Amino acid sequence: MLVTFADRLDDAANRAALTFRAAIDAQGWEGVEETASSLASAYVAFDPVALAPDMLAERLRELLGQVDLVDPPLPAGRRLWTVPVCFEGEHAPQLDDAAAAAGLSRRRAIDELCARPLRALALGFAPGQAYLGQLPEHWNIPRQSDLTPRVPQGAVVVAVRQAIIFATSAPTGWRQVGHTRFAPFRPDDPAAPIPFTPGDEIRFAPVSVDEYDRLAGPDGGATCEVLE
Amino acid sequence: MTRVTLDAVGPGATVQDMGRRGFVAQGLSRGGAADRLALLEAAALVGGEIGAALELAGGRTRLTGDAPLRVALTGAPMRAQSGGRALTWNAVHWIEAGDTLTLDGHGHGVWSYVSFGGGIAGAPRLGSLSAHLTAGIGAMLAPGETLEIGADRGDAVNRVLDVADRFSGGELSLLPSAHTALFDAETRARFAATVFTRSPRSSRQGTRLDHDGPVFATAGQLSLISEIVTPGDIQMAGDGTPYLLGPECQTTGGYPRIGAIAPMDLPRALQCPPGATLRFRFDGIDAALARHKDEAAQLADLRRRVRPLVRDPRDMDDLGSYQLISGVTAGRPDQEEPA
Repeated sequence: MLVTFADRLDDAANRAALTFRAAIDAQGWEGVEETASSLASAYVAFDPVALAPDMLAERLRELLGQVDLVDPPLPAGRRLWTVPVCFEGEHAPQLDDAAAAAGLSRRRAIDELCARPLRALALGFAPGQAYLGQLPEHWNIPRQSDLTPRVPQGAVVVAVRQAIIFATSAPTGWRQVGHTRFAPFRPDDPAAPIPFTPGDEIRFAPVSVDEYDRLAGPDGGATCEVLE
Repeated sequence: MTRVTLDAVGPGATVQDMGRRGFVAQGLSRGGAADRLALLEAAALVGGEIGAALELAGGRTRLTGDAPLRVALTGAPMRAQSGGRALTWNAVHWIEAGDTLTLDGHGHGVWSYVSFGGGIAGAPRLGSLSAHLTAGIGAMLAPGETLEIGADRGDAVNRVLDVADRFSGGELSLLPSAHTALFDAETRARFAATVFTRSPRSSRQGTRLDHDGPVFATAGQLSLISEIVTPGDIQMAGDGTPYLLGPECQTTGGYPRIGAIAPMDLPRALQCPPGATLRFRFDGIDAALARHKDEAAQLADLRRRVRPLVRDPRDMDDLGSYQLISGVTAGRPDQEEPA
């Protein structure tokens, strides 16, 4: 079952989705198998034998009336990550393109990308891959009409007011502006296979090629603290 | 620990259990066996918990254990033989150490399962032994690889299940989902009246459905916000071609979905072989609920339905040596399984 707060990307709707999913989790309803939040919705996977669909819908409606979704405080327990990113040379093949599309100098573009934490609005496409946003309005740059055949794992790419750290090597229409050694998906790490969770804040910290070369995965020098 | 060597293995073979729950929010779909019912059937035959099994997608597979094995064969029927005898499908068998089990697909259904008493063992990753090829967890199996089998605490053999055919397409119940209303009534009616052919273009991620006639587009096809998708959703790609999403589908997608296959029909949907046809019937949630059973209830039903396997004369390749009627042998080579 899906509770949708907007039909387009919208910061208030994303905050509502994060908050409402946390509220559902806090109920501990019998029959709920899994919850998630997407860019603008909260999602509930449920066993219809243990929890009838109309009963779940009724409970969700009731819960909607109890949770402040207009200007919600974001759920507790989110984390602030600082992730070193190299914005130089071969690690940033399309930074000039992206900066020009945003009407910025290269220097200014890096400053803006690193100026403040971006929220993990949702995860998808590949495990651990977070859609980070939102960047200022002038970063509303379109995807390229031609795909880049392959960006490496750890590529930092931008489009439509969002940034992504690629969890795998894949083709993309987004422009690669940087590279990190931070691995968003670690299937062999039983403790933390997927570090990011929706709602986390991620701040990019610029590093030189030399510093980048000295960093090691899978953390790539990233640090993390729990937000109050 | 018992080891099974894959002397030969068909294309697209992996180890699969019931997959992973709890990671949709973080971008990892459930994965697991394409035909979940086949693993429930195997558990009913073998006894005990639902174990990790070898999932085969046709071709020829040959495997040999270094100790005796109890082996359940479920899902898409294959020709199976060991030690010179043909093995009944949907049954659990005893195979001696060193005897080779040979399996050949013949295009009836897609996904076949070889389950072992004790189950395939290993170190779970994110709570499961399943390979998730799309996510980069595990890999397809290659000839020469070995599987470790857990300690077998059961002893049931020569038991069989009567299984309805879910391996040749047919009509599927389709439930409304978030985007169904974006398709106008005319398009939905045309979709329900269309016969689709299952394309050979398929993976555990999704299967293309071919048809004659115009595609199934919505008004806002390209401007939808990315939303949660689940296995069984029917999604229209950018050009309006329908795809049936499989166990390794992505967790979110920006393409419109005309509906979701009712969970009870998902095994039949994913088992539809290339070239066979599928049709869709729009159902209300109440109709689907009336025949829905959760997996625990399905497994309990299956356990009650297991019955002793009586050797079928058609499966006895040594039939000629039986003196059925004095002076006559009833050899019917055209009905014998190839040995």
